[in-house]
Amino acid sequence: MAVFRMPSLGADMEAGTLVEWLIEPGDEVHRGDVVAVVETQKGAIEIESFEAGIVTELIARVGQTVPVGKELARIGAEEPPTVEAVPEPSSKQLSVAVASKPTAPKGKVTPPRSLTSAGASPAARRAAQKLGIDLSTLQGSGPDGAIVLADVEASEKPKNIAKPTDSGLSEMRKAVAAAMVRSKREIPHFSASHTIETQGVSDWLAARNADRPPSERVLLGAVLVKAAALAARSVKTLNGHFTDGAFVQSDEINTGVAISLRGGGLIAPALHRTDTMSLDDVMAGMRDLVTRARSGRLRGSEMTRGTLTVSSLGEKGAEQMTGVIFPPQVALLTVGAPQVRPWVVGDAIEPREVMTFVLSADHRVCDGLQASKYLTVLAEKLSRPEEL
Amino acid sequence: MNDSEIRDIVLSEIHKVAPDIDPADVSDDDHLQDDLELDSMDILSLVTALHERLGISIPEAEYPEIDTPAKAVRYLAGKITG
Repeated sequence: MAVFRMPSLGADMEAGTLVEWLIEPGDEVHRGDVVAVVETQKGAIEIESFEAGIVTELIARVGQTVPVGKELARIGAEEPPTVEAVPEPSSKQLSVAVASKPTAPKGKVTPPRSLTSAGASPAARRAAQKLGIDLSTLQGSGPDGAIVLADVEASEKPKNIAKPTDSGLSEMRKAVAAAMVRSKREIPHFSASHTIETQGVSDWLAARNADRPPSERVLLGAVLVKAAALAARSVKTLNGHFTDGAFVQSDEINTGVAISLRGGGLIAPALHRTDTMSLDDVMAGMRDLVTRARSGRLRGSEMTRGTLTVSSLGEKGAEQMTGVIFPPQVALLTVGAPQVRPWVVGDAIEPREVMTFVLSADHRVCDGLQASKYLTVLAEKLSRPEEL
Repeated sequence: MNDSEIRDIVLSEIHKVAPDIDPADVSDDDHLQDDLELDSMDILSLVTALHERLGISIPEAEYPEIDTPAKAVRYLAGKITG
Protein backbone atom coordinates (compact mmCIF):
# COMPACT_ATOMS: atom_id res chain seq x y z
CA MET A 1 0.00 0.00 0.00
CA ALA A 2 1.41 3.34 -1.00
CA VAL A 3 0.22 6.78 -0.08
CA PHE A 4 0.01 9.47 -2.69
CA ARG A 5 0.75 12.82 -1.08
CA MET A 6 0.50 16.46 -2.03
CA PRO A 7 3.82 17.15 -3.75
CA SER A 8 5.85 20.32 -3.34
CA LEU A 9 5.67 22.06 -6.70
CA GLY A 10 7.76 25.08 -5.86
CA ALA A 11 10.21 26.48 -3.38
CA ASP A 12 7.60 28.07 -1.17
CA MET A 13 4.50 26.01 -1.79
CA GLU A 14 2.78 25.18 1.49
CA ALA A 15 -0.48 23.72 0.23
CA GLY A 16 -2.48 23.09 -2.87
CA THR A 17 -6.19 22.92 -3.57
CA LEU A 18 -7.49 19.81 -5.27
CA VAL A 19 -9.40 20.93 -8.34
CA GLU A 20 -10.04 17.66 -10.08
CA TRP A 21 -9.41 13.95 -9.66
CA LEU A 22 -8.52 12.13 -12.88
CA ILE A 23 -8.64 8.74 -11.17
CA GLU A 24 -11.17 6.84 -9.13
CA PRO A 25 -10.98 3.79 -6.88
CA GLY A 26 -10.29 0.69 -8.95
CA ASP A 27 -8.26 2.51 -11.60
CA GLU A 28 -4.79 1.25 -12.39
CA VAL A 29 -2.12 3.95 -12.32
CA HIS A 30 1.47 3.93 -13.47
CA ARG A 31 4.36 6.04 -12.36
CA GLY A 32 4.17 9.32 -14.26
CA ASP A 33 0.42 9.17 -14.93
CA VAL A 34 -1.38 12.44 -14.38
CA VAL A 35 -3.81 11.67 -11.58
CA ALA A 36 -5.09 15.02 -10.33
CA VAL A 37 -5.15 18.74 -10.98
CA VAL A 38 -4.05 20.95 -8.12
CA GLU A 39 -4.50 24.69 -7.92
CA THR A 40 -1.42 26.46 -6.64
CA GLN A 41 -0.55 30.13 -6.39
CA LYS A 42 1.05 29.71 -9.80
CA GLY A 43 -2.09 28.30 -11.36
CA ALA A 44 -3.38 24.82 -11.96
CA ILE A 45 -0.77 22.07 -12.19
CA GLU A 46 -1.31 18.49 -13.30
CA ILE A 47 0.30 16.21 -10.75
CA GLU A 48 1.69 12.80 -11.54
CA SER A 49 1.75 9.64 -9.50
CA PHE A 50 5.07 8.51 -8.09
CA GLU A 51 3.53 5.10 -7.46
CA ALA A 52 2.12 2.28 -9.53
CA GLY A 53 -0.83 0.12 -8.58
CA ILE A 54 -4.57 0.16 -8.13
CA VAL A 55 -6.25 3.16 -6.57
CA THR A 56 -7.93 1.98 -3.38
CA GLU A 57 -9.13 5.23 -1.84
CA LEU A 58 -9.38 8.91 -2.64
CA ILE A 59 -8.82 10.77 0.62
CA ALA A 60 -8.86 14.42 -0.44
CA ARG A 61 -12.07 15.95 -1.77
CA VAL A 62 -12.33 18.28 -4.72
CA GLY A 63 -12.13 21.82 -3.37
CA GLN A 64 -10.12 20.80 -0.33
CA THR A 65 -6.84 22.61 0.42
CA VAL A 66 -4.22 20.03 1.33
CA PRO A 67 -0.84 20.86 2.92
CA VAL A 68 2.29 19.64 1.15
CA GLY A 69 3.05 16.08 2.28
CA LYS A 70 -0.49 15.25 3.41
CA GLU A 71 -2.35 12.25 2.00
CA LEU A 72 -4.33 12.63 -1.20
CA ALA A 73 -5.03 9.00 -2.06
CA ARG A 74 -4.02 5.44 -1.34
CA ILE A 75 -2.66 3.20 -4.05
CA GLY A 76 -2.47 -0.55 -3.57
CA ALA A 77 0.59 -2.28 -4.92
CA GLU A 78 -1.06 -4.63 -7.35
CA GLU A 79 2.03 -4.52 -9.47
CA PRO A 80 5.39 -5.39 -7.97
CA PRO A 81 7.02 -2.14 -6.98
CA THR A 82 9.74 -1.02 -9.36
CA VAL A 83 13.29 -0.81 -8.13
CA GLU A 84 13.32 2.97 -8.31
CA ALA A 85 10.07 3.41 -6.42
CA VAL A 86 10.53 5.46 -3.30
CA PRO A 87 8.09 4.11 -0.74
CA GLU A 88 6.04 6.63 1.15
CA PRO A 89 8.34 9.61 0.87
CA SER A 90 7.77 12.55 3.12
CA SER A 91 7.10 15.76 1.26
CA LYS A 92 10.60 16.96 1.87
CA GLN A 93 12.20 13.74 0.75
CA LEU A 94 9.92 13.72 -2.23
CA SER A 95 11.04 17.08 -3.46
CA VAL A 96 14.67 16.13 -2.92
CA ALA A 97 14.16 12.85 -4.72
CA VAL A 98 12.65 14.65 -7.64
CA ALA A 99 15.37 17.24 -7.52
CA SER A 100 18.42 15.09 -7.28
CA LYS A 101 17.56 12.30 -9.63
CA PRO A 102 14.87 13.42 -11.97
CA THR A 103 15.11 10.30 -14.07
CA ALA A 104 12.18 9.23 -16.15
CA PRO A 105 10.83 5.77 -15.48
CA LYS A 106 12.97 3.32 -17.34
CA GLY A 107 11.62 0.78 -19.75
CA LYS A 108 8.13 1.32 -21.02
CA VAL A 109 7.04 4.88 -21.33
CA THR A 110 3.51 5.38 -20.18
CA PRO A 111 1.92 8.39 -21.78
CA PRO A 112 0.43 10.63 -19.14
CA ARG A 113 -3.25 10.00 -18.94
CA SER A 114 -5.72 12.79 -18.99
CA LEU A 115 -9.32 11.86 -18.52
CA THR A 116 -10.61 15.28 -19.34
CA SER A 117 -10.68 16.01 -23.00
CA ALA A 118 -10.13 19.73 -22.80
CA GLY A 119 -8.17 22.04 -20.58
CA ALA A 120 -9.33 25.00 -18.63
CA SER A 121 -7.74 28.38 -18.23
CA PRO A 122 -6.10 29.20 -14.89
CA ALA A 123 -8.71 31.90 -14.30
CA ALA A 124 -11.50 29.39 -14.96
CA ARG A 125 -9.98 26.88 -12.56
CA ARG A 126 -9.62 29.47 -9.84
CA ALA A 127 -13.18 30.65 -10.29
CA ALA A 128 -14.55 27.11 -10.39
CA GLN A 129 -12.67 26.24 -7.24
CA LYS A 130 -13.84 29.35 -5.46
CA LEU A 131 -17.42 28.72 -6.49
CA GLY A 132 -17.33 24.96 -5.89
CA ILE A 133 -18.12 24.09 -9.50
CA ASP A 134 -17.00 20.76 -10.96
CA LEU A 135 -15.18 21.63 -14.19
CA SER A 136 -16.08 18.31 -15.76
CA THR A 137 -19.72 19.38 -15.83
CA LEU A 138 -19.01 22.42 -17.99
CA GLN A 139 -18.86 22.87 -21.74
CA GLY A 140 -15.85 24.91 -22.82
CA SER A 141 -16.19 27.73 -25.33
CA GLY A 142 -12.47 28.52 -25.55
CA PRO A 143 -9.85 27.25 -28.02
CA ASP A 144 -10.17 23.50 -28.60
CA GLY A 145 -13.09 23.39 -26.20
CA ALA A 146 -11.07 24.76 -23.30
CA ILE A 147 -13.12 26.02 -20.39
CA VAL A 148 -12.62 29.75 -19.94
CA LEU A 149 -13.64 32.06 -17.12
CA ALA A 150 -16.84 33.10 -18.90
CA ASP A 151 -18.02 29.46 -18.98
CA VAL A 152 -17.57 29.15 -15.25
CA GLU A 153 -19.27 32.45 -14.53
CA ALA A 154 -22.12 31.60 -16.86
CA SER A 155 -22.74 28.37 -14.96
CA GLU A 156 -23.03 30.14 -11.65
CA LYS A 157 -25.92 32.17 -10.34
CA PRO A 158 -24.76 35.78 -10.36
CA LYS A 159 -25.33 36.38 -6.67
CA ASN A 160 -22.87 33.65 -5.73
CA ILE A 161 -19.89 35.10 -7.56
CA ALA A 162 -17.44 35.92 -4.86
CA LYS A 163 -15.97 39.37 -4.87
CA PRO A 164 -12.20 39.17 -5.14
CA THR A 165 -10.66 39.92 -1.79
CA ASP A 166 -7.86 41.99 -3.13
CA SER A 167 -4.91 42.38 -0.80
CA GLY A 168 -3.05 44.29 -3.48
CA LEU A 169 -1.06 41.26 -4.64
CA SER A 170 -2.40 38.51 -6.84
CA GLU A 171 -1.73 34.92 -5.80
CA MET A 172 0.77 34.68 -8.63
CA ARG A 173 2.62 37.78 -7.42
CA LYS A 174 2.63 36.39 -3.89
CA ALA A 175 4.21 33.18 -5.17
CA VAL A 176 6.84 35.04 -7.16
CA ALA A 177 7.50 37.31 -4.19
CA ALA A 178 7.91 34.40 -1.77
CA ALA A 179 10.35 32.55 -4.01
CA MET A 180 12.38 35.64 -4.80
CA VAL A 181 12.53 36.82 -1.17
CA ARG A 182 13.74 33.37 -0.19
CA SER A 183 16.28 33.39 -3.00
CA LYS A 184 17.68 36.80 -2.08
CA ARG A 185 17.71 35.90 1.63
CA GLU A 186 19.41 32.53 1.29
CA ILE A 187 21.51 32.65 -1.85
CA PRO A 188 24.69 34.74 -1.94
CA HIS A 189 24.25 35.85 -5.53
CA PHE A 190 27.03 37.04 -7.74
CA SER A 191 26.94 37.58 -11.45
CA ALA A 192 29.16 37.66 -14.48
CA SER A 193 28.25 39.12 -17.85
CA HIS A 194 29.41 38.62 -21.39
CA THR A 195 28.40 40.35 -24.60
CA ILE A 196 28.40 37.87 -27.46
CA GLU A 197 28.12 38.60 -31.15
CA THR A 198 25.02 36.77 -32.37
CA GLN A 199 24.84 38.07 -35.93
CA GLY A 200 26.09 34.71 -37.16
CA VAL A 201 23.43 32.84 -35.20
CA SER A 202 20.64 35.08 -36.46
CA ASP A 203 21.82 34.88 -40.08
CA TRP A 204 22.18 31.09 -39.86
CA LEU A 205 18.72 30.79 -38.30
CA ALA A 206 17.07 33.07 -40.87
CA ALA A 207 18.52 30.94 -43.68
CA ARG A 208 17.45 27.75 -41.92
CA ASN A 209 13.90 29.02 -41.42
CA ALA A 210 13.53 30.49 -44.90
CA ASP A 211 12.64 27.20 -46.57
CA ARG A 212 10.45 25.93 -43.76
CA PRO A 213 6.74 26.21 -43.16
CA PRO A 214 5.88 28.18 -39.99
CA SER A 215 5.25 25.03 -37.97
CA GLU A 216 8.88 23.94 -38.49
CA ARG A 217 10.60 27.26 -37.83
CA VAL A 218 12.89 27.67 -34.87
CA LEU A 219 13.12 30.83 -32.78
CA LEU A 220 16.34 32.37 -31.52
CA GLY A 221 15.13 31.64 -27.99
CA ALA A 222 15.31 27.89 -28.65
CA VAL A 223 18.86 28.20 -30.00
CA LEU A 224 19.88 30.04 -26.82
CA VAL A 225 18.24 27.44 -24.57
CA LYS A 226 20.03 24.61 -26.37
CA ALA A 227 23.38 26.43 -26.22
CA ALA A 228 22.84 27.20 -22.53
CA ALA A 229 22.22 23.51 -21.84
CA LEU A 230 25.33 22.40 -23.74
CA ALA A 231 27.46 24.96 -21.90
CA ALA A 232 26.22 23.52 -18.59
CA ARG A 233 27.92 20.24 -19.51
CA SER A 234 31.26 22.00 -19.22
CA VAL A 235 30.56 23.61 -15.83
CA LYS A 236 28.75 21.03 -13.76
CA THR A 237 28.76 23.06 -10.53
CA LEU A 238 26.13 25.35 -12.01
CA ASN A 239 23.66 22.57 -12.75
CA GLY A 240 21.70 21.08 -9.87
CA HIS A 241 19.92 21.88 -6.64
CA PHE A 242 21.03 23.30 -3.32
CA THR A 243 18.82 21.59 -0.76
CA ASP A 244 19.13 21.19 3.00
CA GLY A 245 22.53 22.80 3.14
CA ALA A 246 24.13 20.74 0.40
CA PHE A 247 24.55 21.05 -3.34
CA VAL A 248 23.46 18.05 -5.36
CA GLN A 249 24.80 18.20 -8.85
CA SER A 250 22.39 16.83 -11.43
CA ASP A 251 23.44 14.35 -14.07
CA GLU A 252 20.61 15.65 -16.20
CA ILE A 253 20.52 19.13 -17.63
CA ASN A 254 16.90 20.17 -17.36
CA THR A 255 16.58 23.72 -18.56
CA GLY A 256 13.98 25.86 -16.88
CA VAL A 257 12.39 28.27 -19.32
CA ALA A 258 11.08 31.46 -17.71
CA ILE A 259 7.71 32.20 -19.28
CA SER A 260 6.06 35.54 -18.74
CA LEU A 261 2.33 35.01 -18.42
CA ARG A 262 -0.04 37.43 -20.06
CA GLY A 263 -1.85 39.25 -17.32
CA GLY A 264 1.19 39.14 -15.07
CA GLY A 265 3.44 36.67 -13.39
CA LEU A 266 6.19 34.34 -14.26
CA ILE A 267 6.50 30.59 -14.38
CA ALA A 268 9.57 28.50 -15.16
CA PRO A 269 8.74 24.94 -16.20
CA ALA A 270 11.66 22.85 -17.39
CA LEU A 271 12.50 20.77 -20.42
CA HIS A 272 13.94 17.34 -19.73
CA ARG A 273 17.59 16.63 -20.66
CA THR A 274 17.74 19.62 -22.96
CA ASP A 275 21.38 18.95 -23.90
CA THR A 276 20.40 15.68 -25.56
CA MET A 277 17.47 17.12 -27.54
CA SER A 278 17.69 18.19 -31.17
CA LEU A 279 17.19 21.90 -31.81
CA ASP A 280 13.83 21.18 -33.42
CA ASP A 281 12.79 19.21 -30.34
CA VAL A 282 13.88 22.04 -28.03
CA MET A 283 11.73 24.40 -30.08
CA ALA A 284 8.75 22.03 -30.01
CA GLY A 285 9.23 21.55 -26.27
CA MET A 286 9.27 25.29 -25.62
CA ARG A 287 6.19 25.83 -27.77
CA ASP A 288 4.43 23.13 -25.81
CA LEU A 289 5.46 24.59 -22.44
CA VAL A 290 4.28 28.08 -23.39
CA THR A 291 0.95 26.77 -24.67
CA ARG A 292 0.32 24.73 -21.54
CA ALA A 293 1.55 27.47 -19.22
CA ARG A 294 -1.15 29.68 -20.71
CA SER A 295 -3.91 27.09 -20.52
CA GLY A 296 -3.03 25.81 -17.05
CA ARG A 297 -1.85 22.37 -18.04
CA LEU A 298 1.71 22.20 -16.77
CA ARG A 299 2.76 19.05 -14.90
CA GLY A 300 4.25 18.77 -11.45
CA SER A 301 7.47 17.20 -12.75
CA GLU A 302 7.97 20.13 -15.10
CA MET A 303 7.71 22.52 -12.17
CA THR A 304 10.36 20.76 -10.07
CA ARG A 305 12.93 19.14 -12.36
CA GLY A 306 14.65 22.31 -13.60
CA THR A 307 18.40 22.39 -12.88
CA LEU A 308 19.36 25.71 -14.51
CA THR A 309 16.96 28.35 -15.79
CA VAL A 310 17.16 30.64 -18.79
CA SER A 311 15.23 33.90 -18.74
CA SER A 312 15.10 35.88 -21.95
CA LEU A 313 13.89 39.45 -22.43
CA GLY A 314 12.77 38.62 -25.95
CA GLU A 315 13.46 40.18 -29.31
CA LYS A 316 12.81 43.76 -28.28
CA GLY A 317 13.71 45.55 -25.11
CA ALA A 318 16.51 46.18 -22.69
CA GLU A 319 20.00 44.94 -23.47
CA GLN A 320 20.81 43.46 -20.10
CA MET A 321 19.21 42.12 -16.96
CA THR A 322 20.63 40.45 -13.87
CA GLY A 323 18.19 37.83 -12.66
CA VAL A 324 17.36 36.26 -9.33
CA ILE A 325 18.06 32.54 -9.02
CA PHE A 326 15.03 30.25 -8.84
CA PRO A 327 15.55 28.11 -5.70
CA PRO A 328 16.64 25.36 -5.24
CA GLN A 329 18.65 25.92 -8.41
CA VAL A 330 22.05 27.60 -8.19
CA ALA A 331 22.29 29.53 -11.45
CA LEU A 332 20.15 31.57 -13.79
CA LEU A 333 21.10 32.86 -17.21
CA THR A 334 19.41 36.04 -18.37
CA VAL A 335 19.51 37.05 -21.99
CA GLY A 336 19.08 40.65 -23.06
CA ALA A 337 17.29 41.66 -26.24
CA PRO A 338 19.50 41.65 -29.35
CA GLN A 339 21.06 45.02 -30.15
CA VAL A 340 22.98 46.23 -33.18
CA ARG A 341 26.28 47.67 -31.93
CA PRO A 342 29.66 48.63 -33.37
CA TRP A 343 31.78 45.50 -33.22
CA VAL A 344 35.37 44.80 -34.09
CA VAL A 345 35.54 42.27 -36.90
CA GLY A 346 39.14 41.64 -37.94
CA ASP A 347 40.62 45.12 -38.31
CA ALA A 348 37.35 46.88 -39.01
CA ILE A 349 34.42 48.11 -36.99
CA GLU A 350 31.09 46.90 -38.29
CA PRO A 351 27.51 47.08 -37.13
CA ARG A 352 26.72 43.64 -35.74
CA GLU A 353 23.93 42.09 -33.70
CA VAL A 354 25.11 41.37 -30.17
CA MET A 355 23.43 40.05 -27.05
CA THR A 356 24.45 40.43 -23.43
CA PHE A 357 24.24 37.35 -21.22
CA VAL A 358 24.34 37.62 -17.45
CA LEU A 359 24.86 34.54 -15.36
CA SER A 360 23.63 34.86 -11.79
CA ALA A 361 25.22 32.17 -9.66
CA ASP A 362 25.21 30.91 -6.07
CA HIS A 363 28.52 31.72 -4.39
CA ARG A 364 28.06 28.80 -2.01
CA VAL A 365 28.73 26.36 -4.82
CA CYS A 366 30.92 28.19 -7.33
CA ASP A 367 33.11 31.20 -7.96
CA GLY A 368 33.72 33.74 -10.68
CA LEU A 369 36.03 31.34 -12.48
CA GLN A 370 33.21 28.88 -13.14
CA ALA A 371 30.75 31.59 -14.12
CA SER A 372 33.28 33.05 -16.52
CA LYS A 373 34.01 29.63 -18.01
CA TYR A 374 30.31 29.00 -18.53
CA LEU A 375 29.89 32.25 -20.45
CA THR A 376 32.94 31.68 -22.64
CA VAL A 377 31.79 28.16 -23.49
CA LEU A 378 28.38 29.60 -24.30
CA ALA A 379 30.03 32.06 -26.70
CA GLU A 380 31.87 29.17 -28.37
CA LYS A 381 28.63 27.24 -28.80
CA LEU A 382 26.91 30.26 -30.32
CA SER A 383 29.80 30.80 -32.73
CA ARG A 384 29.00 27.41 -34.28
CA PRO A 385 25.20 27.36 -34.44
CA GLU A 386 25.18 24.61 -37.06
CA GLU A 387 26.49 22.23 -34.38
CA LEU A 388 23.64 22.94 -31.99
CA MET B 1 -12.96 35.58 -49.39
CA ASN B 2 -13.51 39.26 -48.60
CA ASP B 3 -11.52 41.50 -46.25
CA SER B 4 -14.10 41.21 -43.49
CA GLU B 5 -13.83 37.42 -43.51
CA ILE B 6 -10.02 37.59 -43.46
CA ARG B 7 -10.20 40.06 -40.58
CA ASP B 8 -12.42 37.69 -38.60
CA ILE B 9 -9.93 34.87 -39.15
CA VAL B 10 -6.97 37.02 -38.11
CA LEU B 11 -8.72 38.21 -34.94
CA SER B 12 -9.97 34.77 -34.00
CA GLU B 13 -6.47 33.33 -34.37
CA ILE B 14 -5.04 36.16 -32.26
CA HIS B 15 -7.64 35.27 -29.64
CA LYS B 16 -6.58 31.62 -29.75
CA VAL B 17 -2.93 32.57 -29.26
CA ALA B 18 -3.76 34.97 -26.44
CA PRO B 19 -7.21 34.11 -25.03
CA ASP B 20 -7.23 37.24 -22.89
CA ILE B 21 -7.42 39.38 -26.03
CA ASP B 22 -11.07 39.91 -26.93
CA PRO B 23 -11.44 40.43 -30.69
CA ALA B 24 -14.00 43.17 -29.96
CA ASP B 25 -11.33 45.16 -28.12
CA VAL B 26 -8.73 45.01 -30.88
CA SER B 27 -8.47 47.99 -33.18
CA ASP B 28 -7.21 47.61 -36.73
CA ASP B 29 -4.09 49.65 -36.07
CA ASP B 30 -3.03 47.95 -32.85
CA HIS B 31 0.55 46.77 -33.16
CA LEU B 32 0.69 43.05 -32.44
CA GLN B 33 3.85 43.32 -30.37
CA ASP B 34 3.82 46.85 -28.95
CA ASP B 35 0.09 47.17 -28.23
CA LEU B 36 -1.18 43.59 -27.93
CA GLU B 37 2.12 42.45 -26.39
CA LEU B 38 2.47 39.30 -28.43
CA ASP B 39 5.99 37.89 -28.17
CA SER B 40 7.98 36.09 -30.85
CA MET B 41 6.51 32.74 -29.85
CA ASP B 42 2.98 34.19 -30.14
CA ILE B 43 3.72 35.67 -33.57
CA LEU B 44 5.04 32.31 -34.76
CA SER B 45 1.91 30.57 -33.41
CA LEU B 46 -0.26 33.11 -35.24
CA VAL B 47 1.67 32.69 -38.49
CA THR B 48 1.43 28.91 -38.12
CA ALA B 49 -2.33 29.11 -37.60
CA LEU B 50 -2.79 31.42 -40.59
CA HIS B 51 -0.77 28.98 -42.70
CA GLU B 52 -3.06 26.15 -41.63
CA ARG B 53 -6.28 28.11 -42.20
CA LEU B 54 -5.44 30.02 -45.36
CA GLY B 55 -2.59 28.01 -46.86
CA ILE B 56 -0.40 31.12 -46.88
CA SER B 57 3.10 30.68 -45.48
CA ILE B 58 4.33 34.09 -44.40
CA PRO B 59 8.15 34.26 -44.55
CA GLU B 60 9.94 35.66 -41.50
CA ALA B 61 11.27 38.56 -43.54
CA GLU B 62 7.69 39.67 -44.21
CA TYR B 63 6.48 39.62 -40.58
CA PRO B 64 6.63 43.46 -40.49
CA GLU B 65 3.91 43.47 -43.14
CA ILE B 66 1.46 41.82 -40.78
CA ASP B 67 2.26 43.72 -37.61
CA THR B 68 -1.24 45.20 -37.26
CA PRO B 69 -4.61 43.59 -38.07
CA ALA B 70 -5.17 46.12 -40.88
CA LYS B 71 -1.81 45.37 -42.47
CA ALA B 72 -2.30 41.63 -42.02
CA VAL B 73 -5.66 41.76 -43.82
CA ARG B 74 -4.13 43.73 -46.70
CA TYR B 75 -1.19 41.34 -46.95
CA LEU B 76 -3.30 38.19 -46.80
CA ALA B 77 -5.92 39.54 -49.23
CA GLY B 78 -3.13 40.29 -51.69
CA LYS B 79 -1.80 36.74 -51.38
CA ILE B 80 -5.24 35.18 -51.77
CA THR B 81 -6.21 37.10 -54.91
CA GLY B 82 -2.66 37.34 -56.24
